[in-house]
Amino acid sequence: MNLLEMKNVKKNFGNLRVLKDISIEVADGEIVSIIGPSGSGKSTLLRCATLLETLDSGTLKYQDKVVAENDSSGKAVYADKETLKQVKSVYGLVFQQFNLFPHWNVLQNVTDAVINVQKKPRAEAEKIGRDLLEKMGLSDKAGYYPYQLSGGQQQRVAIARALALSPKVLFFDEPTSALDPELTGEVLKVIKSLKDLNIAMVIVTHEMAFARDISDKVIFMADGVVVERGSAEEVFNSDNERMKAFLGRYKSIL
Amino acid sequence: MTLSQIVIQLLEGLIVSVRIFAITLLFSLPLGLLVAFGRMSKNALINGLTKVYISIMRGTPLMLQLFVVYYGPYYLFNIKLSPTYRNSAVYIGFIINYAAYFAEIYRSGIQSMPIGQYEAAEILGYSKMQTFFRIILPQVIKRILPSVTNEIITLVKDTSLAFSISVMEMFTQAKALSSSQTSMTPLIVAGVFYYIFNFVVAMVMEKAEKKLDYYK
Repeated sequence: MNLLEMKNVKKNFGNLRVLKDISIEVADGEIVSIIGPSGSGKSTLLRCATLLETLDSGTLKYQDKVVAENDSSGKAVYADKETLKQVKSVYGLVFQQFNLFPHWNVLQNVTDAVINVQKKPRAEAEKIGRDLLEKMGLSDKAGYYPYQLSGGQQQRVAIARALALSPKVLFFDEPTSALDPELTGEVLKVIKSLKDLNIAMVIVTHEMAFARDISDKVIFMADGVVVERGSAEEVFNSDNERMKAFLGRYKSIL
Repeated sequence: MTLSQIVIQLLEGLIVSVRIFAITLLFSLPLGLLVAFGRMSKNALINGLTKVYISIMRGTPLMLQLFVVYYGPYYLFNIKLSPTYRNSAVYIGFIINYAAYFAEIYRSGIQSMPIGQYEAAEILGYSKMQTFFRIILPQVIKRILPSVTNEIITLVKDTSLAFSISVMEMFTQAKALSSSQTSMTPLIVAGVFYYIFNFVVAMVMEKAEKKLDYYK
């Protein structure tokens, strides 16, 4: 059974057709990269998958739970609140702009939802938090406030915050686009190190070399449709004209 | 009448002023939050009503509002209220007036919050209540503190408007003493007291701002 299934997904913003009929599947533990030019709908797709946006039409399923599916008129209808609440515990999302809570220190940022949403005891939450911070190389930053950290460190805290709730799939929405090359490197290294956690990851990124190295599956999107999909090898060596045009400038450095 | 007698009499009035000040803050700060929610409500009726309410509170003199609250029940509905209603009228008038101003300050703070904070909270599974009280409100308070300080300092001085319905607060006392003694001294002493009152308020608020300075 697939962990995530999106079928024939359509989404408009007014007259702008952002997603024009997209289907993707993510299996347990699978690492999927979504690449493509800006404005191709990659982020919107993630935002639909994480319920920050609603589908106009199509199916959205997590494991055996149907989140949204079309009614007889072809409009997406969402499941009841209880189902949505259950589904929300399956995934996490790492934002481009980190979106840490500035009034809490690093450890609070990572543990607060564990304590107040998952209702785990504080001691257990702090153990989870400290272990994750260690994994992120941030053990010494537990008491710092977000503004005292570099962008790369903030993003690593955001990753720890998402992981603390032990999601089955973690979405990344251009996690390094707000960072300089040096900080990008340190964040990508951390994301790579998550492979051994065996959780699924869906990564929207412009870092081609990274996508090629880490992904089980690469999806290339352009103008609201999936143009190419397959293994990293297949997609990066594709003969598709649109794909070649997009990769042209990356090819030399890949 | 010696200066110390004037001071003692004005201190009695100051106690009444401080009471008006404290009770107004105590009730108008939370009420303002409620009004702010109404003002941001998607329900057209609630939204419209709060908009009109704020508009009237801001668009007419507080002194007139005090008159309406105090004399209104009798003139409009022929309800006779006991003389102690005078004090309640002051509290009611001040509270509903200040709640409207605080509501707009809250609204400006809430609407200045980046959407990313809400989205992060939603992804992490916080309920709407948790998101507001754990994540949004603490940050809003930091943002609006300077405007709130302004409003509180204005309130200290506005307590003197209770004079208009003859509540024996400090200004009323000073005015009466000044007339009976044909002297400026009571008014000057009252001025000094208002200044000290506000000096303390400003100091406390500065402390509060400093306390929230631990993050950016």
